Amino acid sequence: MTVLLEARGVAKKFGGVQALKDVSLSIRQGEIYGLIGPNGAGKTTFFNVLTGLYAKDAGEILFEGRPLDLASPHAVAAAGIARTFQNIRLFGNMTALENVMVGRHVRTRAGVFGAIFRTRREREEEAAIRRRALELLHYVGIAPRAQELARHLSYGDQRRLEIARALATEPKLLALDEPAAGMNATETAALRELILGLKADGLTVLLIEHDVKLVMGLCDRVAVLDYGEKIAEDVPEVVQRDPKVIEAYLGGSLG
Amino acid sequence: MKQRERLGLILVAATLLVLPFVLAEIGTAWVRIANLAILFVFLSLGLNIVVGMAGLLDLGYVAFYAVGAYPWALLASPHFGLHLPFWVILPLGALLAGLAGAVLGAPTLRLRGDYLAIVTLGFGEIVRIFMNNLSAPFNITNGPKGITRIDGLSIGPFSFTSTDTFLGLSFSGPIKYYYVLLLLLLVIIVVNLRLADSRIGRAWVAIREDELAAKACGIDTRNVKLLAFAMGASFGGIAGGMFAAMQGFVSPESFVLNESIMILAMVVLGGMGNVWGVIAGALLLSFVPELLRYTVEPLQKALLGRLVIEPEVLRMLLFGAALVLSMRYRPAGLWPESRHRREMKERLA
Repeated sequence: MTVLLEARGVAKKFGGVQALKDVSLSIRQGEIYGLIGPNGAGKTTFFNVLTGLYAKDAGEILFEGRPLDLASPHAVAAAGIARTFQNIRLFGNMTALENVMVGRHVRTRAGVFGAIFRTRREREEEAAIRRRALELLHYVGIAPRAQELARHLSYGDQRRLEIARALATEPKLLALDEPAAGMNATETAALRELILGLKADGLTVLLIEHDVKLVMGLCDRVAVLDYGEKIAEDVPEVVQRDPKVIEAYLGGSLG
Repeated sequence: MKQRERLGLILVAATLLVLPFVLAEIGTAWVRIANLAILFVFLSLGLNIVVGMAGLLDLGYVAFYAVGAYPWALLASPHFGLHLPFWVILPLGALLAGLAGAVLGAPTLRLRGDYLAIVTLGFGEIVRIFMNNLSAPFNITNGPKGITRIDGLSIGPFSFTSTDTFLGLSFSGPIKYYYVLLLLLLVIIVVNLRLADSRIGRAWVAIREDELAAKACGIDTRNVKLLAFAMGASFGGIAGGMFAAMQGFVSPESFVLNESIMILAMVVLGGMGNVWGVIAGALLLSFVPELLRYTVEPLQKALLGRLVIEPEVLRMLLFGAALVLSMRYRPAGLWPESRHRREMKERLA
């Protein structure tokens, strides 16, 4: 399998805290890759570096074999990496449909003049944006909520909407930051189905998750971070039995 | 329903077309007031792009009004002896204002809320003080004395300043301006509505709602914000050019901070983000004070025999009361953007 994303020696420091230390990992095309670790291990920091929100101190990230321009988040989105946020960040006062339509921004072109003169091109593009956004709402299963304000959706639906919005940017890699956080068992099971569906449709998924059961059942490969360092990277069965991982999670020597 | 809508539209159009003649019966001053009110609608719609849609609080908006007014004043008056036609100076004013918008936008991209408000407030004052002081060593703006005898609007041989009789009706200067402004207003409303419902408009609202998420969606927030500043400012520039032409006189006095606050109040009172609400707010805050000016004094003299409260004092008192009441009872404005309205309801519940 070809490698889609490769991180080499990525480091990030906040003041005196080394949040990421020489992290190297590679995500293969079409797999679900899990990134786990105890609280404060640097998972979200890695996400933020990857999506251009934080500037890294060292290392490089290759995407499709080319160095990724991390200077601005929108360039990362344009390159084909979409993300969701740990604490859901939707456009609360826009409808669900409009939220997904915003996601199409990076793949569409209409500017001020197109909008003012409603050229044929612009009208066609606008119709295509709307059509695609509705399709995506169907895909994640919240099409009946299309005209409701994002802030009025239930928690689970908000998570789904955020995924739909991320998918609207036509990513090659979808990065989900703790998508199951705060979900009940039914919602988590539905999320699992959704992510498996994404994989079946050929998308590569990077998943940060606390729910170890979900990660182990879902991911093709898993990396474990602890204190900013990668301590393991392998298929779930191997990682689960890794003594370093057990120590990181259970804290210290159990004998 | 469709038919009723059409009927309503025809009624509104007919009223607007007849209005100046009705106003002229009361007094030509009222036609001028109507014209100024339309200019304030332009300004509010421009500011609505920046504040209402993109969520960037701008307290120096009147600067763009000035940047639009001065090119007309300088290039079509005896001041430099230049008399360029409107189709050069009106677009030029809009362009310069748009440029000034981008110039203001560029260094303030990282600022939001209160901090942005302070910087824009300063910018507004800087522009006014510039106009005040650009009279030495080279006299460009004629300083606080302002520029007088500015050319009115004329298209070819047709002048908008003189009175003409047509079909037995007497079209005075202000009435002719009224129709030009009405036409421009129609254009600007259509532009605003179309922008609001477009890829760019959605990007503006997305930035207002959550800038970080907007970035992650691939929106180049820098360019999109600059665009909001420039678009909003160019509306102000057009209003400024028309203002110079109508008044025939321009001085820094017309572009004080109070005007910025007034325009912002129109946007907020009407309902941020909603084009129709903003128009309502602008008309209300333009007409009511004038109405007071013409009624308060005679009314007090008739009832009390003397003037107890000056109209100007009463005006500010009522203005303050209106703002307090609207914040208490209609925090999202009189006619809010639907999403704003729902949000506010929720918050108060």
